[in-house]
Amino acid sequence: MSMIFGVPVAVLSGQLLLGLINGAFYALLSLGLAVIFGLLKIINFSHGAFYMLGALLTVVLFNTLGVNYWMALFLAPLIVGIVGVLVEYFLLRKIANEDHIYSLLLTFGLALVIQGVLTNIYGVSGMRYAIPEVFRGGVNLGFMFLPYYRAWVIVAALVVCFGTWFMIEKTKLGSYLRAGTENSKLMQAFGINVPLLVSLTYGFGVMLAAFAGVLAAPIYSVTPVMGANILIIVFAVVVIGGMGSIIGAIVTGLAMGVIEGLTKVFYPEAASTVIFLVMVLVLLVKPAGLFGKEA
Amino acid sequence: MMTPISENTATKRYVENALRSERRHFKIYAVLLLLALVAPFVVYPVFLMKILCFALFAVAFNLLLGYVGLLSFGHAAFLATGGYTTGYLLSTYSGFSTELAILLATAASTLLGLLFGVLAIRRQGIYFAMITLALAQLVFFFYLQSPFTGGEDGMHGIPRGALLGFIDLQNNLMMYYFVLAVFVFGFGLVRRIVHSPYGQILKAIKENEPRATSLGYNVDQYKLVAFVVSAGLAGLAGSVKTIVFQLASLNDAHWHMSGEVVLMTLLGGVGTLLGPVIGAAFVVSLEHQLAQSALGNWVNVILGIIFIVCVLTFRAGIVGEFQKFFKKNFR
Repeated sequence: MSMIFGVPVAVLSGQLLLGLINGAFYALLSLGLAVIFGLLKIINFSHGAFYMLGALLTVVLFNTLGVNYWMALFLAPLIVGIVGVLVEYFLLRKIANEDHIYSLLLTFGLALVIQGVLTNIYGVSGMRYAIPEVFRGGVNLGFMFLPYYRAWVIVAALVVCFGTWFMIEKTKLGSYLRAGTENSKLMQAFGINVPLLVSLTYGFGVMLAAFAGVLAAPIYSVTPVMGANILIIVFAVVVIGGMGSIIGAIVTGLAMGVIEGLTKVFYPEAASTVIFLVMVLVLLVKPAGLFGKEA
Repeated sequence: MMTPISENTATKRYVENALRSERRHFKIYAVLLLLALVAPFVVYPVFLMKILCFALFAVAFNLLLGYVGLLSFGHAAFLATGGYTTGYLLSTYSGFSTELAILLATAASTLLGLLFGVLAIRRQGIYFAMITLALAQLVFFFYLQSPFTGGEDGMHGIPRGALLGFIDLQNNLMMYYFVLAVFVFGFGLVRRIVHSPYGQILKAIKENEPRATSLGYNVDQYKLVAFVVSAGLAGLAGSVKTIVFQLASLNDAHWHMSGEVVLMTLLGGVGTLLGPVIGAAFVVSLEHQLAQSALGNWVNVILGIIFIVCVLTFRAGIVGEFQKFFKKNFR
């Protein structure tokens, strides 16, 4: 068996693949955070909870109503998106003019409530969700075995990421969003319904989280607390990338996943902390983040 | 002809006002201290000690959030560092002096605070919250994987020892008065800082940072000092808490603990001296009550709901709203 740096190629590429998948989730989640931050100027602490909600809905909808994977891929983000719009309309809007720290704390409280209620209903032991029929098995690439589902996760995440990038950077709606990021008062004066745009943006941001959750359901164990830990990693990713650009969020997310995967091969003890260490390094060298615009 | 108020008169009036409020505050503190002195004869001392430890933790946290406007979401790291350092010293070296362990634990947290501070202060606003949270998670994994902390089991049976070699801390009443003394020291220190010229500059930074910079203050340095002091006091709280419960656990390092101290401070009143104390007493009592009731599993949900209600309806907190009410009706 061929070796690279004393590590079998199969092990290395296997961990790279796992890293790329984790990176795809980091990218989707940090993208959602960046979209929400752009217009609302808040950090959404509930983001992990909405990600978890997406995964949990997939499992629960299947177990109770027999909703299949493809329907869930559409339904779960939709439901979570509607919940997000309601949260924005009934809670976040009330304190939009206060210090942004308060919105952060509100979303933190909301995350506690969502996680707490679901933990009481479903417990903390992981629920399993079968990989959809089409994606069972995999293909041998010669140097590694690639399960179809994992390939699908990466492709789907990338398509959604670049779709979002395209929508924000190249379409009319995206131009409203970007204008709102610059100066929402002026845009309101131009006759654009900014409050509606804000609601939809928040809804869209958490939809991305829920979409990531559905993708995650067949490969990670689904528990009501699965969102909390990943959220903190995503925060580190956001600090590393800076929230200046959409592409930045995507690239940083993928890169951090890969770095984490490689660390698992060469120094497993540090695998859970390497992203935080990278964050420390970036803060020392480039405090605004790799793609950050602010001073 | 109107005579303009001379600068002298204005200063005099300011000083008089300050003295008057000082005297009124002094009365409140005297009453509270008296209550605290007799409390262990009415309420179970260990419960009171828990409140005092968390109150000190919240007071330390509030120095940052309330007086500099920095929201740290990583204060659990300092609480845990204080706790683990104390636990390690006391259980590894038998007969290690308790007061030295507390001192070293506080020093360790202070040092960690310096490291956190240097990194986190490079970014502002919500980035600050995210960075402190991420750094605290790093510390959490460190304690989870280090052999000396006992991982998820934590450290148990840490000896309390004797204070200065002759005050037996095994006695809960003795322990209580010691914890009270530590709390009064911490509270007094924060109060002194807040009312000092240095504290005024901190407030200026909170109100308008660019202005403070343009007036020539080295804003980052002021923030850093406040952060380090806050971290040190949080470590002190963790250290004393470990001695009280003879236990250092991973719970103290978890992000959940960082959230809890935010809640205590917010609920009691951000930027008021007594607020965090009231908030800590409230949250600790609530958790204590809930743990014994049928709602034991719903603690997090209830804390979350309090968070939301607090943010939506009374952002000034219990003490803050009371002060507003008092000012409106009795002035």
